[in-house]
Formats: sequence, structure tokens, C-alpha cells
Amino acid sequence: MAKIASAGHYGPKIRSDCMVTIELTNSDGIQIELISKVENFFGDHIISLTKSELTFFGIENAIVKIEDQGALDFVIAARIEAALKKADKTISKSYLPEMKEHCKYKTTKDALRRSRLYLPGGSPKLMLNAGLHGADAIILDLEDSVHPDEKYSARLLVRNALRTIDFKGSERMVRINQITLGFEDIKEIINENIHVVLIPKCESKQQVIDINTYIKKLKKGKSPVFLMPIIESAKGVMNAYEIATACDNVVALTLGLEDYTADIGVRRSKSEKECFFAKSMVVNAAKAAGVQAIDTVFSDVGDMDGLYENVKQAKAMGFDGKGCIHPRQIKVVHEAFLPTDEELVRAKQIVDAYKIAKKEGKGVVSLGSKMIDPPVVKQAQHILKMAKLGGMIK
Amino acid sequence: MKKADNFVKNAAGRLVPTIVNGKKVIPFQGVNKYRPTHKGAAPRVPTCINYPKDCNKVVDSLKEALIKAGLKDGMTISTHHHYRNGDYVANWIFDIAAELGVKDLIWAPSAAFPCHAPIIKHLESGVVHHIEGSLNGPLGDFCSHGKMKGLGYLRSHGGRYRAVADGELHIDIAVLAASAADMMGNANGVLGKHPFGPVSFSRVDSKNADRTIVVTDTLIDFPCYPWEIMGNDVDFVVVVDKIGDPQKIVSGTTRITKSPDRLLIAEYAAKFIEAAGILRDGMNFQAGAGGISLAFTDFVNKIMIEKGIKARSMIGGSTKYLVDMMNNGRTDYIFDGQTFGLEAISSLRDNPKHIPIDVFDSYDFHAKSNLVQMMDVIVLGSTEIDVNFNANCVTHSDGRMLHGIGGFQNCMMAKCTMIAVPSFRDRIPVIKDEVTTLVAPGEMVDVIVTERGIAINHRRKDLIAATKNSGLPIRDIIDIKKEVDDICGIPAKPKLSDEAVAVVEWVDGTILDTIRKVEE
Repeated sequence: MAKIASAGHYGPKIRSDCMVTIELTNSDGIQIELISKVENFFGDHIISLTKSELTFFGIENAIVKIEDQGALDFVIAARIEAALKKADKTISKSYLPEMKEHCKYKTTKDALRRSRLYLPGGSPKLMLNAGLHGADAIILDLEDSVHPDEKYSARLLVRNALRTIDFKGSERMVRINQITLGFEDIKEIINENIHVVLIPKCESKQQVIDINTYIKKLKKGKSPVFLMPIIESAKGVMNAYEIATACDNVVALTLGLEDYTADIGVRRSKSEKECFFAKSMVVNAAKAAGVQAIDTVFSDVGDMDGLYENVKQAKAMGFDGKGCIHPRQIKVVHEAFLPTDEELVRAKQIVDAYKIAKKEGKGVVSLGSKMIDPPVVKQAQHILKMAKLGGMIK
Repeated sequence: MKKADNFVKNAAGRLVPTIVNGKKVIPFQGVNKYRPTHKGAAPRVPTCINYPKDCNKVVDSLKEALIKAGLKDGMTISTHHHYRNGDYVANWIFDIAAELGVKDLIWAPSAAFPCHAPIIKHLESGVVHHIEGSLNGPLGDFCSHGKMKGLGYLRSHGGRYRAVADGELHIDIAVLAASAADMMGNANGVLGKHPFGPVSFSRVDSKNADRTIVVTDTLIDFPCYPWEIMGNDVDFVVVVDKIGDPQKIVSGTTRITKSPDRLLIAEYAAKFIEAAGILRDGMNFQAGAGGISLAFTDFVNKIMIEKGIKARSMIGGSTKYLVDMMNNGRTDYIFDGQTFGLEAISSLRDNPKHIPIDVFDSYDFHAKSNLVQMMDVIVLGSTEIDVNFNANCVTHSDGRMLHGIGGFQNCMMAKCTMIAVPSFRDRIPVIKDEVTTLVAPGEMVDVIVTERGIAINHRRKDLIAATKNSGLPIRDIIDIKKEVDDICGIPAKPKLSDEAVAVVEWVDGTILDTIRKVEE
């Protein structure tokens, strides 16, 4: 049986990651070979980290090779754990870095989700400073951006990242794999203060219920884990409403247009005209269910004008947010979601009228001769919130 | 002879030698404290009747020119970094010297690059005794390991100019490459087959060296005008096939960075000068050619367009980005000490508002004025900074000397000097308790911009007040350091011996710091 395994990445272009290779042996104790870009500064530290981790797992004899390009401790620890567990599948303990205080903040069901930044679950370099760019949410992705051979290693890396990195208030999301691999993801990471789990290729109510039930079974503590099903197929589009209403923890519906267009047998165009029905369905189902509708990603990272127009269009259709694949997209997305001056003036009038009505104890809000319904007030309040966040008003 | 001797603690608290390579030197006495009273360099007086009557000074080869110039042991030879990492000429000089059996030369380049690695063998064999000026890449590494016979002597661009003009650095033979020259020796860098831009750094060499040799690949009919180097200062002209590889002028650093974190740093820097009221009509600023500086310029450009602001001047490292800005009406003038890319070279040659400048105009501490003092803002990079705003740009945190000072120290004279750096690189924190090598005293650095926030030097109460309600992430430097240390961990101290391998000179000619030998 193979007692040698490796995890991680190493090469001239790799930064902030390492490749750990472990061969479990029967004698001669622990032998560590370290090749590190930061050896002068952290060489001794990395060796001692490696030793304590191996001791934790009860490993007494092993040949360990670490090829490092400046990986942080949580990355090295995850790579060692992954290599070790691949070499010996009977190991079940987890070597958890201390959960930092800055990883413990909470979210709310109706949190603003204008932008959510995708971060490949296998690339620590992109995670480290992800919180600095002001996204409403970050998504640690275990699904499409992770190579099938690296699912295991990425899961441990994401777990450690959730305990270590300060995402600076961005909502903490994870996109799991499709079931049944997705269950394994949940098992490893669900107690790491995850705010939202994204469910890929969601096609039915039952999928959402199964995942929600599984999460509830494993989750410690009171705070709920919210769900965001991703609609990526013709069937998913048809079932959008039942998916959105599958359980209370669903907070938003979103779309994946690459898979959707493949499913309906067309090519995705820049205008996304062919996706009009799917988008309308998702918006309508989400709003009917009282949850947010979030648009897909815009993949041309060089085209900021195109992105702006695309988000404007999404906003006009009723979407509340947009996926981002590059930090520079975040600001553009937020700008595109800002209300127009006209919208802002009207929203102010409505909210003022509402305040007066409330003060005077009137049940009905009216603006001029027009009656204002509660959903309109709510929408106006939302517009003011967006304007405030965008610095349009104080 | 000891490389360095009689160490004293200078005004910056650094232990520095007062004897370097057998010569007496003055320790740093504080910013703007030292004022020399002596007269400057006095070049040898030539007579035109000792030169060819037809003014034709072309000789057959560089070897012949060097022999005729009297190349001998112990001389100081200077060169100019016309093609930066693509230079051929410096390597030829020392190959010829080796062939002629000459020893103990001092090489005084305006800048050295990795392409000069072949000179290591001449340092090993004793043809070259030591280098004064800039030590970069492999040469810096060689020196850091204590392998150079003499002590390395690091000067800024302005400091080198000053040292030559002051007579502190006497040049026996200057070998200056030019993209075009005539038989008299009039030369420039804007004409010829492969132009490289202004010759700015080496004019002082041509004026003060005992002998000046111009090397070109394009001999043109008299007159070669503009004559940045004047034939009257030139002894010999050598024509060769190529003076270097022009492709290597532009390195990877002369493109706008794509890194989201570095873009964020550049954006903070641009927003900072907007909030501080520095970004306004008629401003003068330096727009560097490095990745973050270029991105900064790009953000500034966007704000200028949005608000209809026009600068009076920009100092390059000029690139096509600067040229585009001038052509789009965002600045009246470009002052250019170094040119990157063909678009910028054409603009320099053809647009009278794209003005070539000399180090004397912009960076010389012993000039009667100094353009850099008029600059409203300058953005620089660094290898390290510390909690007292001291900055290092020559050694890495492991003590190895890998970069020249360039214009770094000279730029400190601007009205607002900003250092824009990532807060850590490959888990090595950039913000230290104390920089490994002191290249710029903290009192000269006004603002440090990182991706985690902006720190303002407490001396700049004006900037602190002006940006108080800007909404920018303005933080205490110690607070940022704490966050970075928490992410990276505290690195072990570099292993350095007591043995000095080089010194860093401040702009006024005093010794600011000592670089120590690295222990493996």
C-alpha cells in the first residue's frame, strides 16, 4: 500500500504556497527536508511547526519534504495534514489552527450582497488579501476552480483559511461541491463560522432540504448557516420557486450561465439575450419567495465599462447582486448598483412620508395624492441604504 | 590597507567607517547639517593643438582608445547605463583591461545591472578592485559575501553627480556610450539606429574626466545635434556594431501592475494626494516607471480627467503613459531623465515640451537649486521601511545588497515623499522595527502607503489634518505593523557579520550607513 503522498503546489510562479511530500516509514524517526524561499527568516519555525503537527498525529517515523514559496503557517499546516491523510487514510483527527477573533463576526439574513468575490479554494495567494477590497461577500470555492485531484487538499486549506484570514467584514461564503462530495465538504468546514453555503447545480427542492438537514445535524451553536442555491440548468430554472422556498435558510438564488447555456444548447453571448428567460425566472422566483436574486459573474476582467453596463442591466431586471472574479470588479459593481439621482430623490420623499405617517400614527402612507404600499416603502429604504453605502448621502 | 577603518557612530546612530578604501570620509551629521566649503573638481586643462586638426577623433577600436587614454593600474573608469540591463560596453572595458594586464581599477558606473555579471571574474582576478556607484543583482550578491577586494561605495544618482563635480570621485577615463555621435565626439541618445533617451547621467563625466571616450554604433556626419555630450570634451570616438541590446531597456517593471493589491496601493496613493489638496492645477510631480508608480500615475490621470485638472510638469522615467497624458492635455511639460520605450524617445526628440534633463537639474545637492524640491509629490518603492519611517532600498531583509539607490535619496527632497509598498512579500514583513540598511532618514519620508492602510509621518501635521475626514484608511504605522506580524509571524534576524562590505552615502557626501557581510 502506498505510504507516500503529497499536497500543495510548488514552482517558480507559485507564491504563498508549498508542496509537502510525506513518506511514512517504519523506523529512523522524523526526517525533514526544507527548501524555502524564506528559509533565513522562517526555516527553524517551519521545521518546528512540522514536528509539532506530526507529533499531534502520532507520527513517529516519516520522511518529509517541504518545498516552500513563502506559505503562511495555516497553509503549511493544511498541506501537511492533507499529505498525511492521503498517505494514511485511517487518520481522522484534525489539526486546527487557533480560530482568530477577527474570524468570528456574524451576518444577517438580509445582509447586502451586491458583490461576492470568488476565490479558488486551492490558491492561498488570492485569499490572503481578499478582505481588503471591500466585497460584500467572499466565496471560498471548492467546486469548479479546484482540480478533481485537489479536492481533499483544498477542503483543508479552506477550513484553515476560515480560521485564520481576516476577511474584514465580508460575508463568509463557501461553494461546496455537488452532492455527495459536497457532504464531505460540509463535514470538514461547517463549524468554521460559515455564513452562507452555495449549492451548485441545484435542480430541486429536495437537494436544498437534504443539504440543510445535513448542516443542521453537524452544526454546533445557534447561528444558522444560510443557503444560496445556484441555478445552472433548464430544470433548475423551471424549479426556481420551489428551490427558493425549500427552507427558511435560503437567502438568495443565483445563476450560473456557463452551464445553463450549455444545457439549453446555445453559446453564451455578450448580450446574454439567450439567458433572458432564465434571469427573469430567477428574479421572479426569488422575489416571490422573499429572498435576494443575485446575477452570475462577468468574465471579461479587463472590460470595466462592459461590466458596468452589464450590472446596470442586471439591476434594472431586479437583481440585487453580482458575482466577481477579480477584486477590481467590486468597486464597479457597487457603483452600478447605486441608485440614480432621480431614484434617490423619490426614495427620500417616500421614506420621509413614511416617517411622518408613523409619527402621526397613521396606518396609511401617502405622497401627494398617491397611496404608498409597504413594499414600496421597503424598496425606498433599501435605495437609501445603497446610497449611504456608496457615499451619495450621509 | 583596510577596506574600512576607524568606525564611529553617526548622527543617525549607525556605526560607519571614517576611512574607506584608504581615503578619509565624513560621517553623516544629520539632514541638511553638513556644508562643505571647498572648491569643486578641476579637470585637466587640454589644448586643442594636441588633438587632430580636422577634429576627427575616431580610432579603430575601444582597445586602442583605452591604450591611448593611458589606461593603467588603479585608475577609475566610469560608464553610463544607457541600455540598462542591455549594456555591452562596460564588460568590454574590463575584458580589454584584463588582456592588457591592468589591475586594481575602480569602476564607477551610473548604474549596474545583472548584465554586468561578467565583471565578477575581473573582481575575482584583481583587474577591478571595487565598484563605486551602484551594485545590483549578481554584483551586489558578490559584494554582500565579502568577496570584493575594496569596499563598495553606494551613491544615489544625484550623489554620484555631486561626487564627480565636487572632485570627491575623480574619473580618469570616462567611456560613454551614445546612440549617435560624429567624428568630433558630439553625441546624444536620441538619434542613431537604437536611441535610448537622454544621456543625462554621464554629462558630468564628460566634463570632469581626464579622458573621455565616446562609443557609438552610429557615426553620423558632423554635426551630431543636439550635442548632449560635446565634442570639445571628448578625446576619442570608437565605432562598433552594437553598444548593447536596446530591447533590455524596458524591463518588466515598466508596465502597469495587474496585481489587485498593488493597484489598491496605487489607488490609495492617488486618493491621498487628492484628499490632501496636492492634486491640483499647476502641480508638479514625479511619475516613476515602476509598476505601482505607473498605476499611481494612471489613477491620478483618471482623477485629473474627471476634475479637469492639468499639471504644469511631470518628471519621468518617461513612458508612453506620460506621453499620452501630455498629448491629452494633462500636463504642460515632461522633464525626462530617463526614457523607456520608443514612443517616449520619439516624443523626447520631437516635442519641445518634452525636455531632457540632466542630474544636475533635478537631483544635485550641490546645485544652486534643485528641481526635485519643486515637486509636489513623488511616489517611491522600498525594500523595507520601519516604524520611524526610515527607508531602505538597497538591501533585502536578509542583508543582501540587490539594488542601487538610483534617485531614491534625491527624491526625498520633494514637498511630499510617499513610499508605496505592499506590507509583506512572500510572508516577509516590509515594515520593520528598524531597517536593515538606512538609505533615507525617517524625517524625509512623509507618507507610507500599503494595501492595509496609509501611515502619515507625525511631523506632517498638515497632511494629517488635511486628510482627517477623507474616509481613507489612515492608520498608525505601528498598528499596520502589528497586523502584518500577526499574519506573517516574526521573522528571524538576518545573519550578518561585523565585517563591512559597502557604505551608503547620503546626498551631501557623508556616510549614512554600513552594509555588513552576509553569513550563510
